[in-house]
Amino acid sequence: MSEPNGNGAQPKLTAKAYKTDQEVRWCPGCGDYAILAALQGFMPELEIPKERIVFVSGIGCAARFPYYMETYGMHSIHGRAPAIATGLSVSRPDLSVWVVTGDGDALSIGGNHLIHALRRNVNIKILLFNNEIYGLTKGQYSPTSPRGKVTKSTPMGSLDWPFNPISLAIGAEATFVARAIDTDRAQLTEVLRAAAAHKGSAFIEIFQNCNIFNDNAFDFVREEKENRIHLQHGEPVRFGAEGERGVRLRSDGSAEVFEGDGDPLAWDAHHPEASPAFALSRLTRDTVGATPIGIFRDVERPVYDELMADQLRTASEQREGKLGALLAGGDTWTIS
Amino acid sequence: MAKDTKPVEQVDSVIVRFAGDSGDGMQLTGGRFTSETAVLGNDLSTFPDFPAEIRAPAGSLPGVSGFQVHFADHDILTPGDAPNVLVAMNPAALKTNLRDLPRGGTLIVDQDTFTERNLAKAGYDANPLEDGSLDGYDVHTVPLTSMTLEATKEVEGVTKREAERAKNMFALGLMSWLYHRPTDNTVSFLERKFAKRPEIAEANKRAFHAGYAFGETTEDFAVSYQVKPAKLRPGTYRNITGNQALAFGLIAASVKSGLPLFLGAYPITPASSILEELARHKNFGVRTFQAEDEIAAVGAALGASFGGSLGVSTSAGPGVVLKSETVGLAVALELPLLILDIQRAGPSTGMPTKPEQADLLMVLFGRNSESPVPVLAASTPAQCFDAAIEAARIALKYRTPVYLLSDAYLANGSEPWLLPDVDAIPPIEVDFTTEPPAEGDFQPYVRDDETLARPWAIPGTPGLEHRIGGLEKQDVTGNVDYDPENHDLMTRLRAQKVAGIASDIPELEVDDPDGADLLVLSWGGTYGPVAAGVRRVRGDGGKVAHAHLHYVNPFPRNTGEVVGAYERVLIPEINLGQLRKLIRAEFLVDAAGFNLVRGLPFRASEVQEAIEAML
Repeated sequence: MSEPNGNGAQPKLTAKAYKTDQEVRWCPGCGDYAILAALQGFMPELEIPKERIVFVSGIGCAARFPYYMETYGMHSIHGRAPAIATGLSVSRPDLSVWVVTGDGDALSIGGNHLIHALRRNVNIKILLFNNEIYGLTKGQYSPTSPRGKVTKSTPMGSLDWPFNPISLAIGAEATFVARAIDTDRAQLTEVLRAAAAHKGSAFIEIFQNCNIFNDNAFDFVREEKENRIHLQHGEPVRFGAEGERGVRLRSDGSAEVFEGDGDPLAWDAHHPEASPAFALSRLTRDTVGATPIGIFRDVERPVYDELMADQLRTASEQREGKLGALLAGGDTWTIS
Repeated sequence: MAKDTKPVEQVDSVIVRFAGDSGDGMQLTGGRFTSETAVLGNDLSTFPDFPAEIRAPAGSLPGVSGFQVHFADHDILTPGDAPNVLVAMNPAALKTNLRDLPRGGTLIVDQDTFTERNLAKAGYDANPLEDGSLDGYDVHTVPLTSMTLEATKEVEGVTKREAERAKNMFALGLMSWLYHRPTDNTVSFLERKFAKRPEIAEANKRAFHAGYAFGETTEDFAVSYQVKPAKLRPGTYRNITGNQALAFGLIAASVKSGLPLFLGAYPITPASSILEELARHKNFGVRTFQAEDEIAAVGAALGASFGGSLGVSTSAGPGVVLKSETVGLAVALELPLLILDIQRAGPSTGMPTKPEQADLLMVLFGRNSESPVPVLAASTPAQCFDAAIEAARIALKYRTPVYLLSDAYLANGSEPWLLPDVDAIPPIEVDFTTEPPAEGDFQPYVRDDETLARPWAIPGTPGLEHRIGGLEKQDVTGNVDYDPENHDLMTRLRAQKVAGIASDIPELEVDDPDGADLLVLSWGGTYGPVAAGVRRVRGDGGKVAHAHLHYVNPFPRNTGEVVGAYERVLIPEINLGQLRKLIRAEFLVDAAGFNLVRGLPFRASEVQEAIEAML
């Protein structure tokens, strides 16, 4: 295998270089278009030759993504992309491996793979397009749909309590957790940039509008921008049209929104403890009518890929692998 | 050791079974006896038989663990049908194993364990050592436990419990005397094993020596036995289990192909020891990934294959069934992937430590749609080495998932292995595509004329960026395609590619010295007992032909010819007739079956009877 090479020996590419010859087949008006454009626009910034970039996806609308990126790619099976990407990343540390997934793919059928990739801190960047609905199968409720959601499979309303993807990722020991909105390209790009720079697993939830089966699900922040609680590391957490609202921690560690003057939390995405990030993740449409976007958590922890490479290196230094010696190890005897 | 003064009898073959509580160290005892035997140059074959429970209640019937070793002065094929000698460390071991000991067989029991309590746990109303029920056997009641305690009492720093646990070494010492096994290796083994607790090593050594000395001095054993070395092919040998041979074969395939080995696995009986063995050989660049589940294990292996590794996943039936969607993806992606199924008795959880060969139809057909996968099956513990290399070769050459079947019998059983000359193992050529085509775009589904394999261009190769996936692909371009004619073509191409492997594997060999009318056709792990059964029939003057399949998909190209050339075909299988179904369907041959599904390997005598019934 080749040595890592992130020095961008090629001339700097443009977004166009990352477009494939495939016709993009999402529904007109789908939030995925904006995310695709943001990704293609961001890729040149990575300064990684495009042959070293791989997009791996599972099944769902979002999972078509690799077909539209002029990199290496695999459109795999439902929920398994984090597992496949783990094997690829661990065996090829020279690659930049991205997983594109959806709320059903990542949190329902693939929940197990997601949490384990995050806890291991495999060097993969996971983009979860959350539209709170099953789009490809035409409109059944998903594990992020709010309780009571009326869909084709829940005519009397969903009974399921939904996952909060940010809380889940933090609980799964993720070292990088962020949220973005499909249409806010500048903020999405900022989060992508931080995720790419992060060593280890990065988890980004992207609010993505499904205009066919769950239109306007995120209007409370997508359209009503005053409800976006922008998390900026080192900055006080204030939001609202004039910054008139703030977020602070109660004595029990939970987060609350307050109006007017007061002492907002100064955001520390690198906090060694996960609890402040978790507390902020509980601020949602349902609890406060607003929700944070940006980076909840960005901490350093040894990267699985590197740890494995270290073990291989150590073992090779201790004893060269000789096939003949391996086979003849243990008790042998000779017959003449 | 002192020189023997008692008479020595020559015998040509012996079968010894050690049986005791799971905590009694029977596997270790059997393993040591095997090593001593191997060094002596006997041919041998072993079969450990143990419960899935790690430590079932002490003294209980389900907690009995056994280890059978067959050794001889000639070439042998199986661990033997019935022991000549049974060492029973407690009443439960006696109760569960006595039925296998023929009348007149030698029975050695630890009389100290035949207490009221232990007898009750084993379900004995009366003490079999006293009620005459063992009169038909050559019984030796030995106070193994108390003599072990006596032998170790002067060792300081050892508790009574620890000392008592050395009783398996007393038994080993006694058996080593009885069959003239060399003892030096066991002594140095104990010193190595208990290097951190020399007092435990000392207690075990004393128990071992005491057992040997007891044999020499007691009047209870009038004679000892010698089994001369077997005339095996010249060379250097080691004893090897099937799972160890698979692990070595995978490493050899990695070395010979120049591709790093990536193993994705989830612990499962009886496959876990492959993961454990490979995890010890990171110096060969082996990456072992213990995944969160069976699905992730094979998914990670496939991801590694996409990146240019030799991706492998190991499991048993209950895990393999979970891998089928990923194997289907690998069929569509046309990437190399190796899946090892160490079959165990089922369905569902079944009997995890017991062998069966009933996953054949699952690995052939257990996927949605037309999803052809080559299937190979290993035949003996040592042959697992060659089988792993061959399975890897086919996967890499034809860009296909490959199933390699083994089973619990091969996995844990062992036999002497003539070490191969590693330089003589042919290289596995892997031709990654590295250059963009002179004109136009890279076509990921253009095919090699001969193999029908598609190009393997790994990430990191400039100019060959491409996307693959589980959606149907257009021939040549690999673009997503729903055209009906294209789907028909792709379905046929995938099938042809796998079928074409028949021209790249050896023909089915037939062992038919006498011009028989009856062919016995076996596959996989039953090779030993079936070949032994065939030998017995011939020994009695019967005429029978034998062919053994190492490839089940595709079949060797002459299989139809072979099965069609005999008046009758008998297919023995540890299932209800899976290969038989295939042979009948494929070649319209009215094959008969011999099927036992007990979670046990065949006995040679059973195969013999089945053959003779058809002569």
